[in-house]
Amino acid sequence: MQIFRNSKVIVMLMIAALLFAFGTSNVFAAKAAPKQKNIIMATTTSTQDSGLLDVLLPIFEKKTGYFVKTISVGSGQAMKMGERGEADVLLVHSPDAEKKFIADGYGVNRQLVMHNDFIILGPAADPAKIKGVKSSAEAMKMIAQAGSLFLSRGDNSGTNSQEKKLWKTAGINPEGQKWYQQTGLGMGQTLNVTSEKQGYTLADRGTYLAMKKTLSLNILVEGDAALLNIYHVIEVNVAKWPKVNVAGAKAFANFMVSKETQEIIKTFGVSKFGSPLFFPDAGKRVEDLGK
Amino acid sequence: MDLIVQGVIKAFELIISFDPEVMGITWLSLKISGTATFISLFIGVSIGTVVALTNFYGKRVVISLINTGMGLPPVVVGLFVTMMIWRSGPFGFLEILYTPYAMIIAQAIIATPIVMGISLAAIQNLPPNLRLQILSLGASRLQMVWVLIKEARLPLLAAVMAGFGGVISEIGASIMVGGNIKGYSRVLTTATVMETGKGNFDIAIALGIILLLVAFAINALLTQIQQRQHPR
Amino acid sequence: MNSEAIMKIENIILRRGGVTVLDIPELHVKQGRIIAIIGPNGAGKSTLLLTMAGLLKPNYGKIYYRGNPVDSRASRSEMRRSISVVFQEPLLLNTSVYKNVALGLKFRHLTGSEIEKSVDESLEYFGISSLTKRSAKTLSGGEAKRVSLARAFALKPELIMMDEAFSSLDPPTRESLMEDLRHILEETKITAVMALHDREETLRLAQDVTVMAAGKIIQSGTTSQIFNQPDSEFVANFVGTESILEGTVSSCAEGHMVISVNGKVIEAVGDCSIGQKVYCCLRPENVTISGQAQGNTSARNVFEAKVSRVIRQGFFYKLTLDCGFPLVAYITMPSYDDLEITPGATVIASFKATAVHVIRRER
Repeated sequence: MQIFRNSKVIVMLMIAALLFAFGTSNVFAAKAAPKQKNIIMATTTSTQDSGLLDVLLPIFEKKTGYFVKTISVGSGQAMKMGERGEADVLLVHSPDAEKKFIADGYGVNRQLVMHNDFIILGPAADPAKIKGVKSSAEAMKMIAQAGSLFLSRGDNSGTNSQEKKLWKTAGINPEGQKWYQQTGLGMGQTLNVTSEKQGYTLADRGTYLAMKKTLSLNILVEGDAALLNIYHVIEVNVAKWPKVNVAGAKAFANFMVSKETQEIIKTFGVSKFGSPLFFPDAGKRVEDLGK
Repeated sequence: MDLIVQGVIKAFELIISFDPEVMGITWLSLKISGTATFISLFIGVSIGTVVALTNFYGKRVVISLINTGMGLPPVVVGLFVTMMIWRSGPFGFLEILYTPYAMIIAQAIIATPIVMGISLAAIQNLPPNLRLQILSLGASRLQMVWVLIKEARLPLLAAVMAGFGGVISEIGASIMVGGNIKGYSRVLTTATVMETGKGNFDIAIALGIILLLVAFAINALLTQIQQRQHPR
Repeated sequence: MNSEAIMKIENIILRRGGVTVLDIPELHVKQGRIIAIIGPNGAGKSTLLLTMAGLLKPNYGKIYYRGNPVDSRASRSEMRRSISVVFQEPLLLNTSVYKNVALGLKFRHLTGSEIEKSVDESLEYFGISSLTKRSAKTLSGGEAKRVSLARAFALKPELIMMDEAFSSLDPPTRESLMEDLRHILEETKITAVMALHDREETLRLAQDVTVMAAGKIIQSGTTSQIFNQPDSEFVANFVGTESILEGTVSSCAEGHMVISVNGKVIEAVGDCSIGQKVYCCLRPENVTISGQAQGNTSARNVFEAKVSRVIRQGFFYKLTLDCGFPLVAYITMPSYDDLEITPGATVIASFKATAVHVIRRER
């Protein structure tokens, strides 16, 4: 501690810190300087957690020169950001909310990008005996009747709204029930919690596959048409929010549905998990999916 | 158990091999928090010193405000900064939401009251006659203030470290205003949460270990300083 | 002695929180003198020193430094640069001894070699050259005090203010520091104002004394005036009831001194160089009064004395005597009656050589 006795050292430390600060700002500036080169893309935690964006974004950025700021939140919050004009483009999977979003004039050009599917996960012991049940709503009903622990994202995300839809179909209101817990966390976190508590949950297949090795959860219900998880890209309406980077949003949307990107989506995850995490759907109709 | 052991082993591999992703996140954390601390050092020490050395009406209120500010919840700061700088906010034109700049601003707001409060106390804790003694030796006001700051350098250093320790381990504000953007605004804390969420426990553990090491280094220095006797 | 005043203060009033802590109609600091300000705790000694040094701003009143009024920021800072202040606590900075002593010189933007010369000289004066590189934090109390004095003297001030320079030092340290300080003050001829609370320190160092209480000056005068002619009960009590006699050592051998006081000779115990100016202190209860000289007394000092004043104090009478030098003695009521003492009467006063407390004083 001898060094701190010397005021010169302190001055030198300060200078070092100053250089440090300048160095820092230069690095930031290199990436952030070109105006309207930034695109704020609000998306779901599932796309982020699957790692797909880590593959796609560098390609897009290299190609176009845009810099994409991915804000990964639930689909609900992503659309809220769009409603306030805080995001330029959305990549979300909450079809009903999306339709309302478009209808309210917040977004334009909703395009189908890809899908994977939701699965109902649970412990190997399966206390509610739902394994192999074909109807997802039926399985939900059985969980409720057995009073087995169910973990909900509870964050208005795409997964969460899908889950609510299933409860509705099953004719059950789980709110406030003892066996129904809301994590308020992203998909990956919620899977961790579910695995830890050995409960049931609804998850997208992509995230589950990506995290499978660390989870002790099994797929109990899958393949129901009601479990499709469909991703759309939506450009935020510049007419509502003039600050929106409309060109950037368009470029990103176009990139997502381009042939090259669709090809990458098709093979993403195959080498790692043995099966793809997403199925490219650009140009298809929603009604034709899963057939 | 297996998961933990494997995670820790892998984590050490990542650290020892200087994994570019882990190192990048660490470096970015140090840069952002370092810059924020540096800014808070200037604002905090100067205002803290002025408040300590002057007498004015309402000084007590100001001091309790500063002390309250030392415990500002980062998420509240994050929320406030977000609302200020989002596109529809008063500073929206700056277009700095989801940038490291926004993180620096938020972290500086968190660190400044900490640095200010500790500097204030440090200057106030100097012997009361020291000011007069320095003046009597022929110092100008500015010379006196500089000597006092130098004399309080150890607690001031502690202030800086407390500020730095506070912001580098802070997550609430960082994720709100920075957005956890890969290679751009992803720092140790936000990355740790995300990697845990993704189930990449090895990276999460590696980041956690680095964060711990940084915290440990800060605390070791602080302890050293505090163990030193006060000057006569 | 040059009696020109280096500093004059007039009608100084200083209030703190509505309380008047200083009310000084007039005080002169004479060039080249060593002035002690004494008084009980809380008398305002330190406040007066700081006010005189220009560090505290009085609510009212004027300070003249070298005849010029100190009434502007510029004149105050100019005065401040001519005055050094040594506080009660050493107030050293947490750095090396050298840097501490150099501090004031640095404020004056002197060159490195000028600073070095002054610092070395000042450290040398106080016999602490060996401490130059030490960290101020590691010094003992006495060493720290010396460094703070060296720091003040390094500035070669015209006037030095010292607040309780010797407080909280152990007796040997205090003794040696007092002796060194006296030499340095003599040699440098720097005017000094010292707040003191110890009578012995005052007697040894000061030429002039100002007694304070409750922010006011009670009495000012030369040291001998204050100690021998207190003009109030308060001062008398504060300086003590001892007789304090100025004298010069005329011979000294084997622990036995002969001191001439006003042409009389007093014998005392102790060692001192011949020609040393001293004070002989005598407690009144050690002075024996009798009607006539007794051959068999063991007292070495026997004087014929004229009673100049009698005051009754409880069961005692306090006599002020004139033996060619002033002397105070106590006598019990029966003895008083036996001896039929009245003012103007002649008695014999005697005291032992061991009863004389000798204090060396300023040459």
